[in-house]
Amino acid sequence: MKRANLALLIVLACVAALPLVGGAYALRLGTMACMYAILALSWNVVGGLAGYPSFATAAFFGFGAYVTGVLLNAGVPLTPSILAAFIGSFVLAGLLGAVLLRLRGHYFAIASLSLVGVLRELANNATDLTGGGMGLNIPLASGSSIMADALFFFYGMWGLLLATALMVIIVSASKLGFGLVCIRQNETAANMIGLNATLYKSIAFGLSACFVAAAGGLYAAWVHYIDPSDVFDILYSVKPIVMTLMGGLGSPLGAACGAFLYLVLEEVVWRNYIQIHSGVLGVLIVALLLLLPHGLVSLRFRNFWRKAKHV
Amino acid sequence: MLAAQIIINALVLGCLYACIAIGFSLVWGVLNVINLIHGSIIVLGAYLAWGAYQSMAISPWYVLPVAVPVFFVFGYLLQRLLLNRVLHAPVLVTLTLTFGLDLILNNAMIYFFKADYRKLTLKPPMGSVSLFHVVVPVDRLIATVLALALTGLLYLLLRHSRIGRAIVAVRLDRDAAILMGVDVRSIYAIAFGIGAALAGCAGVLMALIFPISALTSSSYLDKAFVVCVLGGLGSVSGALAGGLLLALVEGIGSAAIGPAYATTLSFALLIVFLLFRPQGLLGRKGFE
Repeated sequence: MKRANLALLIVLACVAALPLVGGAYALRLGTMACMYAILALSWNVVGGLAGYPSFATAAFFGFGAYVTGVLLNAGVPLTPSILAAFIGSFVLAGLLGAVLLRLRGHYFAIASLSLVGVLRELANNATDLTGGGMGLNIPLASGSSIMADALFFFYGMWGLLLATALMVIIVSASKLGFGLVCIRQNETAANMIGLNATLYKSIAFGLSACFVAAAGGLYAAWVHYIDPSDVFDILYSVKPIVMTLMGGLGSPLGAACGAFLYLVLEEVVWRNYIQIHSGVLGVLIVALLLLLPHGLVSLRFRNFWRKAKHV
Repeated sequence: MLAAQIIINALVLGCLYACIAIGFSLVWGVLNVINLIHGSIIVLGAYLAWGAYQSMAISPWYVLPVAVPVFFVFGYLLQRLLLNRVLHAPVLVTLTLTFGLDLILNNAMIYFFKADYRKLTLKPPMGSVSLFHVVVPVDRLIATVLALALTGLLYLLLRHSRIGRAIVAVRLDRDAAILMGVDVRSIYAIAFGIGAALAGCAGVLMALIFPISALTSSSYLDKAFVVCVLGGLGSVSGALAGGLLLALVEGIGSAAIGPAYATTLSFALLIVFLLFRPQGLLGRKGFE
């Protein structure tokens, strides 16, 4: 466990050195990679540790993007806006989690999936606040050069990724992480021995939402334009799951590496076969699930990750 | 009169919703798989009807007898070759697998049929019937009657045929069904095939009414979700009740607070039902 977490931090340190070797395009890819890794690591808290198949990632990503976008338009600086998205989504997810996490299995999956739909429709309809279907333009953060801007957002996203990774490492080593694993293995038994399952699950759901929302906020400031079908795209819910499955369920290192690998594959397919890119993604998903169900981690760390198989 | 028109519209739409959801409900109930490819199969059925009418002027209701075997074989093979391998994996795996399959089918349809919206326009148009100022288009009425007929057919199949009883037995208690000599693997494949056939037929009927595009598949899927949860999982009558309830809520909701909020309303209803009545309106453990 310790060694894999150390490896995760080393991988992140290597990513931080990217601006030394790459140009603006590499920085853009690096920023996306960090964003994907944030989503995958966050999903891993509720999906990997607690074993709840959450499809709500897109809901909190869009929530964060819209909170930040609206606040930026109101003249609030970037950092407090993202902080507001962070705290707001933690509270929202905690409250929703206390209600939704009473459901299990398919029912929880569908409820979390429809959460995305509810928030998307709300953003679509609240035209005065969010611009509705026309989307929301977000003022440029700084007047500096393109390269400085790219560098700023890359390190912003990277810092957020580092914070997410530290959160995941701390959680998995703490009593909270232990409790979540108990819940995954047998929730009724965990309840019996006096573990407050509702509280634990709600905190896990909140933690899995707040970093995603902050990433969404940074994304909104980065791309300067968001609309409901973009940031509440259900693919933002599915991609982290695919990345985590690719890397190995329940392992932070696997989730981060899965995210990086996924981005590379996506970029290659997107650049070369734009017309069939979602079909290729589908083939990739199907092949992955049928041929390598325990992810890349299982190739070498098979004995290390015995836990992952029970998820 | 407006109220009567809204109610009638909702009843017509409700039968179509039931038809959309019924195959989805069967697969979910029997195989315990949320079949995310369902929406794309519906659209494929709609394209089949559209293609037959454009190229050979065959009316959609004559396409139905062709659609049943074609989509049955498609679903049967899909289950046998792919889904069977992960059937006992956790929820996450089956969901993600069907999502991947949906991406493939949807992309293939956009590639071959383009993303343009198509419309099947009957020539000459069939007009509408009106009774006490309540107007119903004839093509919509025919689609509703056929949807009800398909629903009834499934009910009879499950109730009175050997295969149907075996499907119900597997749904009730898989292990007991194995002990009674039911070949569960083949029942799973047949149930999935029936689900696909119903989706294809629903698509053929939808082609009469709604515009056709691969982009609409997710909205069909959303309806199927909501109908299943509202009505109760895996029963024919439940799907019918759920379809009617959803259509009524949407119709009355859009008249009262505006059509923009109809989808929000149906999702909110879905979450309320999941929390307080997860077995749905007519949910029981058995299938019929």
